[in-house]
Amino acid sequence: MYERFDEAFPLRGGRAHEVTGQGAAVFAAIACGVGVRMDKRPAMWLVEEWRAEGLNPDGLALFCDPRHVLLVRVSDQKAMLAAAEEALRSGAVSTVVAEVPRDLTFTAGRRLQLAAEEGKATGILMIGEGMGNNAAESRWHCTPLFSPKFRQNQVAMQSLQTPDSTLQRWQLIKNKSGTLGCWDLVWDAETRRVIVVSEAGERPHSAARGGDDSFCPHVAAE
Amino acid sequence: MGTTPFALTLQQSNAERLYCLNESAEREGLQRGMGLADARALCPSLQTMPADREADAHFLQLLARWAGRFCPWVGLDGDDGLLLDVTGSTHLFGGELALLEVIEERLARGGISVQQGLADTRGAAWALAHYGGWMPDEARGDASGSGHVETEASTAAHEKRSSGLAVRLALSGKALAAIGHLPVAALRLEEKVCTGLMRLGVRTIEALYALPRATVTRRFGLEPLMRLDQALGHREEAISPLSEAPHYGVRMSLPEPIGLADDVMAVAAKLLDRLCNKLDRQGAGARVLQLTMRRMDMEASQVELRLARPMREAARILPLFERSVGEVDAGFGIDMMRLEATVVEPMADDQMTSVVLSNGGREADREAASRGEDHALDDLVSRLGSRIGLENILRFVPADSHIPERSFSLQPAAWTKAVAAWPGLGGKKGADRDARKEGTQNEEASGPRSPRPVRLFPPEPIVLPLSSEPDPVRREPPAHFRWRRMQLSVAYARGPERIAPEWWWEDPAWRSGIRDYWWVETRQGWRLWLFHTPQNRLTHLSSWFVQGEFA
Repeated sequence: MYERFDEAFPLRGGRAHEVTGQGAAVFAAIACGVGVRMDKRPAMWLVEEWRAEGLNPDGLALFCDPRHVLLVRVSDQKAMLAAAEEALRSGAVSTVVAEVPRDLTFTAGRRLQLAAEEGKATGILMIGEGMGNNAAESRWHCTPLFSPKFRQNQVAMQSLQTPDSTLQRWQLIKNKSGTLGCWDLVWDAETRRVIVVSEAGERPHSAARGGDDSFCPHVAAE
Repeated sequence: MGTTPFALTLQQSNAERLYCLNESAEREGLQRGMGLADARALCPSLQTMPADREADAHFLQLLARWAGRFCPWVGLDGDDGLLLDVTGSTHLFGGELALLEVIEERLARGGISVQQGLADTRGAAWALAHYGGWMPDEARGDASGSGHVETEASTAAHEKRSSGLAVRLALSGKALAAIGHLPVAALRLEEKVCTGLMRLGVRTIEALYALPRATVTRRFGLEPLMRLDQALGHREEAISPLSEAPHYGVRMSLPEPIGLADDVMAVAAKLLDRLCNKLDRQGAGARVLQLTMRRMDMEASQVELRLARPMREAARILPLFERSVGEVDAGFGIDMMRLEATVVEPMADDQMTSVVLSNGGREADREAASRGEDHALDDLVSRLGSRIGLENILRFVPADSHIPERSFSLQPAAWTKAVAAWPGLGGKKGADRDARKEGTQNEEASGPRSPRPVRLFPPEPIVLPLSSEPDPVRREPPAHFRWRRMQLSVAYARGPERIAPEWWWEDPAWRSGIRDYWWVETRQGWRLWLFHTPQNRLTHLSSWFVQGEFA
C-alpha cells in the first residue's frame, strides 16, 4: 500500500528532488554520503554566502565524508541556479545540494531536472516550508522526532545505543514515480545506513505528542 | 634633481642610511652608507626618498632584457650592474668605443646615467666601470682593439662621470695598462683587505702587481691575487647570463575580420595549441589565461580564464572559454587575437591514463578521485570559478583545534588537495568503533569525537522563563527555554563537554572563558548544542547559548 522505503530512498538518480523541514540538512547529507559512496564522484553543496548557519564538516562526518563535499558560495539565487545546473550537467559530481531560499519557477525546476538527467547526477533542493515546484521528482519533509518510548527502547537495545542515533521522520509528500510514504528512522553512523524503525512494528511515534501525527499515514492507520 | 642634493634612503640595521645619492649630494660631502641624520646635519637641503629595492631589481631585469639588443649574453652584477658579454658583436655597432657610445646615448635618452667599462675580462671591466673615471689625468685614451670583451653598466641613478668613454675601455691584452692606475678597491676586494693594502702603501693595482706574490698571500690570503688574476685574465671567470624567461604569449592576426563565435573559438583553438605546446616543453601549466580580441576599430576586449589547476591540455581548456567568448561583442569584426598565460605554475607530467569518470567502482578509481585528480571535477571548478570566482568554491580542511569553529577551515578547492583522511573517519573502522565505545562509557573523555552539530552558528542566547528561579549552583541545562521565538522544553541532555579557549589565539568570541557544551534533545524535536559559561554563572543570569543544531 505504501511505497517501501528502499524503493524510495536511495533517491532516484538523474533527477532533482526537493526536501524541506528541519531535518533537511541531515537528509541532504545522508544523500550526499550515499551518492559519493555508490557513485565515486564527489558532492557539491551550494549555499548563499550571506547565510551564517555554516555547515560543520565535523557534524557532516557522521553522514558523509566531508572530504568529498565541495562547498560553493554564491551571491544570489540566480547564481545558485546557474551553478547548480552547471554542476549537475557536468557529470563530475554525484550529488548537488542547493539551499534555495525562494520559490523556483517551473522553468528553472525543469532545467535542473534536465541537467540532472544529462549529468546522471542527483539534485537536492533544500526548500523552505510550503514551497515546492512541480518539476521535482519527489519532495520530502524531514523533521527530527522526539519520542520518549523510542528512547526507552533504545536504552534497552544496546545495538542502537550510539551517541548520534537520532530519530527522524521522513515523509515523502510528492512522488512522480510512485506512492507517498512516511517513515521513522535512525541513522547508523557505523554501518553508514538508514535504519527504518517504524516498519519494525514498534511505531515509536504513537507515543509522540507531535502536532503533525495526522500527516503520517502510519499514525492515521492506528 | 640635478642641482638639489638628493638621496635614497634605506633602513639598515635600525638606522636610516643613504642608499644612493646624486652628484650634487656627493659634492656636499655625503656618501653612501652615511646615517640620514648625519647627512641632514651636513647638508640641510638634502631631499630624500625611501629606496624601493624590489622596484630597482625589477627595473634591472627590464634593463637586462633591453640590453639583449647588444649581445646575446646578459647577466646581472650585484644590485645595480649588468654584465654583457659582447664578444663578437661589437662590430655590429662599429667597434667597442662606438658600442659604449651607443649604449650611453640610448640610456641617456631614457634618463638613465650609466658608468661603463669594457675590457677583456670581467674583473677589468668591473674596475673600469666603477673606478674608470678615477684620476683621469693618468688614464690613457686609446681606440679599440678587439677580442673577448665585457661591459659593465651600472644602472641606478648614480652620478654620471662625463670623462671620455675612452678611459673606460681596455685594449685587448692590455688590461694592466688600463686598470693599473686604479685603486686596489677596483679589484672587488673587501674593504678590510683594501684598508690593509692602503696602509702598506699599496694603493694601486700596479703596485699590488709589483709585489712578490708569496708575501701578499701570506698577509692577505688568496683573495687579492685571485681577483688580480681574474682582472688580468690569468684566471678564468665565467659570467652567468640570465636565462631568458619563457614567454607564454601567442598571437594571430587575421587577414579578414571575424565575428562568429565559432570562428573565434577556432582561432582560439589554434592559439591554444601553440601555447600548450610551449607550456608542455617548459613543463609548466597555465593557471590564468587571458584572451585578447582586438576589433577592427582598435577596441580590444579581454576574456580571462582562471583554472582550478595548472593545465596544458588544449582540448580541456578550450571548452572553458566557450561561455565567456560567447559574451564578447565582436563589433565590426575581430582581426587580431592574442592568448597569454599570465600566471604559470610548474606542472609535472601526467600519466596518460588519468581521466577517471567511471561509475563502476574500482578502488584505484576512487583513490584517484580522492586524490583530487578527477579532471572532470577540475573542469567543473574552473567553469564555475569563471562564473562565481574560484575563491567561492571551497573544500573542508580539518584543522588542529578543539574550538568547534576552528576545527576546520574552508580553503579554495582550486589551491588545495583533499586531505588523506578526515580525522575520526578514515579506514581504521575498528579503532574508530573502539574510540566510540570508550566515548559512550566515559563521556568526559570522549574528546573531539563526541558528536558535533551539522550546522554551527554564532552563539545565540536563550531566554529562560521568567518564573524559573536561576539557581547559581545548577549546571544542567534549563528545563524550559525560548529560542528563536520558540518555546522548547528539554527532554534529554548529555554533557557537559568542557572546551577551554585557546590562549595562544585571541578570539573575542571566546573572551568569556571556558564553555560547557551540552547535547540537548527537546520535546519539540530540535536537537541543539547548548553551552554555558560556568564562571559567568553568578554575573549573567542567562549564560546559556545555542551554538549548533544536530537535526
